Amino acid sequence: MTTTPRLAIRRSRSRSGAATGDRWLPLIGLLVLFGLWWLIAISGWVNPVLLPTPLTTLGALVKGILSGTMVTDFGTTVLRTFAAFALAALVGVPLGVALGSSEKLYRSVEFLIDFFRSTPASALIPMFVLFFGVNNLSKVVIAAFSALLLIVFNSAYGVIHAKQSRILAAQAMGANRWQIFKDVLLFESLPQTFIGLRSGISIALVIVIVAEMFIGTEQGLGKRIIDAQQILNVQDMYASILLTGLLGYSLNMLFLTVEKRLIHWSGK
Amino acid sequence: MMVAPPADSFIAVQGLYKSFLGQPLYEDFNLSLPTNQLISIFGPNGCGKSTLINMISGLLPYDQGQITIHGKPIRQARIGYVFQNYRDALFPWLTAYDNIAYPLRVRGVSAAECHHRIRTLVETFNIRLDLERYPYSFSGGQQQLVSILRALVGDPEVLFLDEPFSALDFETTLFVRDKLQEIFITTGIPMLMVVHNLEEAVYLADQVLLLSKRPTRLVERVPFDLPRPRTPDTLSSPEFIQVSHHCLEIFRQEMGK
Ligand SMILES: Nc1ncnc2c1ncn2[C@@H]1O[C@H](COP(=O)(O)OP(=O)(O)O)[C@@H](O)[C@H]1O
Ligand SMILES: [Mg+2]
Repeated sequence: MTTTPRLAIRRSRSRSGAATGDRWLPLIGLLVLFGLWWLIAISGWVNPVLLPTPLTTLGALVKGILSGTMVTDFGTTVLRTFAAFALAALVGVPLGVALGSSEKLYRSVEFLIDFFRSTPASALIPMFVLFFGVNNLSKVVIAAFSALLLIVFNSAYGVIHAKQSRILAAQAMGANRWQIFKDVLLFESLPQTFIGLRSGISIALVIVIVAEMFIGTEQGLGKRIIDAQQILNVQDMYASILLTGLLGYSLNMLFLTVEKRLIHWSGK
Repeated sequence: MMVAPPADSFIAVQGLYKSFLGQPLYEDFNLSLPTNQLISIFGPNGCGKSTLINMISGLLPYDQGQITIHGKPIRQARIGYVFQNYRDALFPWLTAYDNIAYPLRVRGVSAAECHHRIRTLVETFNIRLDLERYPYSFSGGQQQLVSILRALVGDPEVLFLDEPFSALDFETTLFVRDKLQEIFITTGIPMLMVVHNLEEAVYLADQVLLLSKRPTRLVERVPFDLPRPRTPDTLSSPEFIQVSHHCLEIFRQEMGK
């Protein structure tokens, strides 16, 4: 939803022809960042042990990927994130839509959802460890829980704020309650549901990384980052951070693309 | 006012009460409409025109009274409804074709029959739209046309229209208005239409219902029986001018009260 105006601007600019170079504008920020980073790294202001140059870091990233262990960590983190997300979406979307369809039902659990949505999920990690132990499952369950709240909330919100006029229109055409639900309410809630899914996978990744750092594990990017820091392997630490950032960004982009395809009417 | 609806009455409203937040809007409201007519409803802003056609069409509950169509409750009738805001009334996730087919699908009509009916409709009224496109890709007038087709496809016993032109620009209004007249002449489906512009109200109508301020009364039913089709020339005919003038006079008097 939020990207529509930006895309519109980009399109109208590229049509103007004179500013085809505008396409490369996003790269400028990136180059400035790498430039500053490089300057600081070679200036001697910061201990070189703490801050390698961008090139060294990218080198470490490539080396880590080629050596294979980084790929394994990456894969584990991706797998956990998707597992948590799938769990949250499978439960959360139907639950949210059901809650949203009954105002009374939603009102009765609204406080709980809002409360836990406002509680940093990381604060709940020790509690989940008590119940689920320190295995793989607990990491997935914690991440799923935080994503679930966001997904439930957004799906319910989408249904509650469905356009009254479209419900009336369906009613005038003779649709019964079930038909209104599946033909109107469900679709009306989709744009908002997708916002929930997108925020859901982002928070799932955040929690998986945190959980990997603080709950014992063999593999995962969170574990790799913290281990690298402990033994002062800073090159690998920065490389792993970069990779985690890339993962988060790609997940977001993936969801935006799917969303734009599927919810073609959004913002129109 | 009438007590029992006359035999040829088609929509009958008797002893209707409706209030919002304790404020009465309709108190013992009665109305009886003859069939096969196009009837316009005109009145001041907020007097309850939308509320009235929503109650008659069964979309809005009322506090007390009785509303029947051909002697049966409106719920049992097939109706068509064209909303003021086509953008919020069409389903943007469906193509124009699927939007038009929706009232049939709801009733379980087969895909082949849907196809046949929509084809007939499109050919009868010479609609030149690519119905595989989504509603938001059409202009406002085309979208309202899709709304009208959607309301017609189920072969309704009556068509309700709530300010169908008010979201359209002038040029588009002329186009949609002419299509609507064509549809009325061809099908003879009775229409009950709320109109926010007095000239529009008179132009298409067999009679104009003039409503008062809240609590709402029926001030007068003004007949206008110039033959159809009505054309731009109608606007300058003495009959049209006289009827419009009369309606305006009554409206002024009511507003002055
Ligand atoms: N759901 C509602 N709750 C409270 N007041 C309402 C509601 N719907 C309509 N009204 C009031 O009833 C009156 C008539 O509304 P409406 O039928 O929309 O008027 P019109 O269509 O003639 O402009 C208005 O004063 C409006 O504020
Ligand atoms: Mg109105």
